[in-house]
Amino acid sequence: MKRFGTLLLLPLAGLLSGCNLDVLAPAGDVAAQQRDLLVVSTVLMLIIIIPVMALTVFFAWRYRASNASATYTPDWDHSTKLELVIWAAPLLIIICLGALTWLGTHLLDPYRRIDRIEAGKPITQDHKPLTVEVVALDWKWLFIYPEYGVAAVNELAAPVDRPIDFRITSSAVMNSFYIPALAGQIYAMPGMETKLHAVINDPGTYKGFSANYSGAGFSGMRFDFHGLSAEAFDQWVAKAKAGTEKLSRESYLELERPSENEPVRHYASVDADLYDAVLNMCVERGKMCMSEMMAIDAKGGLGLEGARSTLPLEYDKFARRGAVFGVDPSYVASICTAEEAAAAWRAARGTEKTDWMPKDLSPLRGAGLLRPGMDRQRADASTGGGHLPPFEL
Amino acid sequence: MPDSLIKFIFGRLSWESLPLHEPIVVGTFMAVALGGAVLVGALTYYRLWGYLWREWFTSVDHKKIGIMYMVLGLVMLLRGFSDAIMMRLQQAIAFNGSEGYLNAHHYDQIFTAHGVIMIFFVAMPFVTGLMNYVVPLQIGARDVSFPFLNNFSFWMTVGGAVLVMASLFVGEFAQTGWLAYPPLSNIGYSPDVGVDYYIWALQVAGVGTTLSGINLICTIVKMRAPGMTMMRMPVFTWTSLCTNVLIVASFPVLTAVLSMLALDRYVGTNFFTNDFGGSPMMYVNLIWIWGHPEVYILILPLFGVFSEVTSTFSGKRLFGYTSMVYATVVITILSYLVWLHHFFTMGSGASVNSFFGITTMIISIPTGAKIFNWLFTMYRGRIRFELPMMWTVAFMLTFVVGGMTGVLLAVPPADFVLHNSLFLIAHFHNVIIGGVLFGLFAGIVYWWPKAFGFKLDPFWGKVSFWCWVVGFWFAFMPLYILGLMGVTRRMRVFDDPSLQIWFVIAAFGAVLIAIGIAAFLIQIYVSIRRREELTDPTGDPWNGRTLEWSTSSPPPDYNFAFTPVVRDNDAWWDMKKAGYKRPLSGFKPIHMPRNTGTGVILAALSVALGFGLIWYMWWLAAASFIGIIATAIGHTFNYHRDFHIPASEVTQTEEARTRLLAMQG
Repeated sequence: MKRFGTLLLLPLAGLLSGCNLDVLAPAGDVAAQQRDLLVVSTVLMLIIIIPVMALTVFFAWRYRASNASATYTPDWDHSTKLELVIWAAPLLIIICLGALTWLGTHLLDPYRRIDRIEAGKPITQDHKPLTVEVVALDWKWLFIYPEYGVAAVNELAAPVDRPIDFRITSSAVMNSFYIPALAGQIYAMPGMETKLHAVINDPGTYKGFSANYSGAGFSGMRFDFHGLSAEAFDQWVAKAKAGTEKLSRESYLELERPSENEPVRHYASVDADLYDAVLNMCVERGKMCMSEMMAIDAKGGLGLEGARSTLPLEYDKFARRGAVFGVDPSYVASICTAEEAAAAWRAARGTEKTDWMPKDLSPLRGAGLLRPGMDRQRADASTGGGHLPPFEL
Repeated sequence: MPDSLIKFIFGRLSWESLPLHEPIVVGTFMAVALGGAVLVGALTYYRLWGYLWREWFTSVDHKKIGIMYMVLGLVMLLRGFSDAIMMRLQQAIAFNGSEGYLNAHHYDQIFTAHGVIMIFFVAMPFVTGLMNYVVPLQIGARDVSFPFLNNFSFWMTVGGAVLVMASLFVGEFAQTGWLAYPPLSNIGYSPDVGVDYYIWALQVAGVGTTLSGINLICTIVKMRAPGMTMMRMPVFTWTSLCTNVLIVASFPVLTAVLSMLALDRYVGTNFFTNDFGGSPMMYVNLIWIWGHPEVYILILPLFGVFSEVTSTFSGKRLFGYTSMVYATVVITILSYLVWLHHFFTMGSGASVNSFFGITTMIISIPTGAKIFNWLFTMYRGRIRFELPMMWTVAFMLTFVVGGMTGVLLAVPPADFVLHNSLFLIAHFHNVIIGGVLFGLFAGIVYWWPKAFGFKLDPFWGKVSFWCWVVGFWFAFMPLYILGLMGVTRRMRVFDDPSLQIWFVIAAFGAVLIAIGIAAFLIQIYVSIRRREELTDPTGDPWNGRTLEWSTSSPPPDYNFAFTPVVRDNDAWWDMKKAGYKRPLSGFKPIHMPRNTGTGVILAALSVALGFGLIWYMWWLAAASFIGIIATAIGHTFNYHRDFHIPASEVTQTEEARTRLLAMQG
């Protein structure tokens, strides 16, 4: 094996120089920090792995049966000192790695707003984040830019050095939103919202895709992510706005139906409540939003009558649903109009700040844990006053 | 016949259910049908059915059941590996606009089936078979605690395998990935029979696995030879005990979670649906609460094998027996505290992710201690590089790399970039092939002479060894690199042509592994042909240390004529050193369990029940369910459950062995 290994190294080096190891050479600061942690952890572990491999080969060769000159102690089976070393050495490595993990996980929590554009460039009041609402559909990606009122299918663009604030959900099944050059992935799940904060530092076109298998068209769920200069981004938005297609609830329901290898498409305008309706699974008119349902439930629910207030479901993404022995497939009927529901949802969400505050750089204090009474929002992500130090790996 | 009657009889099964439009499946079916016909014909011609039924299928002897488990594992390995090589081929050619040769419907079934088969119907039967065969012999017992239950467990595992194999030719298998996450696996997005096959195959096999876990725990706890305290048990027995504790504690979770998924699909409950209060993430949590311990269920017994092999072939007591035992127990406990590391990327908070990341890393401490213990067992030994030892050294060099990448994946920020990537695929194949499979081969070569009375041919064994080891590195190192390039798993076509070369290298590795598998089969064939030359009349071909080597090869039905008395943890080594003399007289009749066909019948009815539920043939499901209950009750009235091997027969068997040993001088 050893000989094979060395022989392999030469062509291997040649091959590796020809490909782009996105994970190891990313273009976004978050991915770069993740890469650093990956490299540091590997080096830490190699401290123990390499000696073990070397010792294995050495002992196997030294104490081979044909080597009569080697010491042979058939009954030696214990040494407190050695035992101490073999338990303590990995323990020490894991203590280091564990500390690194705790810090790194909190600092690189995708829900946490980034505090720097890149090393040495902290976020200031001037950095206004770009919000992008991401919807994973069967089998394409929809990106909505609420600030600009435009949307795109299978194409994502963002200006360089501007923090991006992704809100991610899915229409039907689980996917994972991943642009290796930008930042780590996070799942897109129906009826749930996940968040990702990132920034792209180098202009360029990068690949993005779903990193969680989601059905037949999964392989084609790819998109290009363009890191653009501020001017180029404005042009991109202008181009999208110049188009004719509009994304309303009705056209969304068309778009939502399963399709594969969708071409890039832009929408000049987007229904303002669309993303929230997708997230609350109530794009179809007459269907109760989850937010509404939860609000009713929080007040004690509607009792048995509520359980019967459903309408028959004709179609749901793939097919007409319903189990063989179950009741007919149905959905809960809304008690208010879509507009009223959306207004109520906006009001409920209104407490959340959309503007960013610069980071307070006082020492780290177990941030990330939800404190009692602080429902729904991450302690450090929401208050804007997260107490995190400028930690660099 | 009216349509409603046809629908009543056949449920949703129709001619369209047969995959006649898939030429690959049709070809496979013809090959299997032809092979099956030849096999059935040969068995009939040589009048072997009666023999098989009496001596094997209905046997309650743990040794025969163990061997049958190994045969099942081997057959299913061929199926699982066919899936693997089809995937490798597809991914190696699906570039530059080519769609490859598999459509999504077929490809998605293949990777799902590959995972399900390799874990549930290859690794599990192999591991269970090894434990079944070896544990009672190692603890000086005559059988397991519940011999009939053992036979029943085996046939339930076969039943699950039959359902999975049936899905290849009747209907389809799940297209969901091997853990069938909802909402994808729910009725709305997978309305056909695939997921139902998945559910009922695993439920049927799960009954077998759980019961066999209970059986082996009882056996180890209650049936050890006098003098064998817990801390004198061979390490393989220890790791088997821990594995079976894991089985008993985790498989019910799998059964429960699959039952809930089945309820969602059949009666319209909302456990894991998107709406009506269902939570798909609950499924993900539950399945991994089973799934992570499952990983250790697979690897722990092999850690035991490596311990036995290292100690035997180094001619030395195992270094740090006590710390080895505690390491195993610590791993057992910790394996329940890490499940969330499989979905760091689903939006858990940083503190939750850190907690599970760190608990995962902590597991590497006892695992590392084990590696060091094997290392220091080799230290100052006299290492004989027979095949089992070669597999062990290959394991140590391969497994540490897999362990390292595993700890890497346990660092949440690193997992965010590597989750679901081919790096992950490379990692778990690194530990499952490098750990479980290498260990199985070590174990099979090591205990083969015990089971059959002759050693395996070393030449073909070495061919197989080198093909497997080199093939493994060729097949999976490119996947590590691809993972670092951000390539994700389960892709059917690719757009970046620069990736292709790596997939081609990986496919080459898979071909080497295929040769390795072929060489292993040839090794078995050649060894059977040359069994006279390779014969082991002593019962102790490797100068072994534990009790299984004290009896003849193959052992008599009753294992030990007299129950051995244990004074040390390497019991047989200690007996040999103390000048142990085999007792030559004073044999008594031995009480033995009687064979029964009830296990086969129950399992066959379970398969029918599963098939009925999958295809909505309610009459079949109801009839076979009633049949299962009736058979089980009927079996309780079977009073002919045991017999005695007369003392004269024992004397005869033992005298034959005495003569054989005397001939060796």
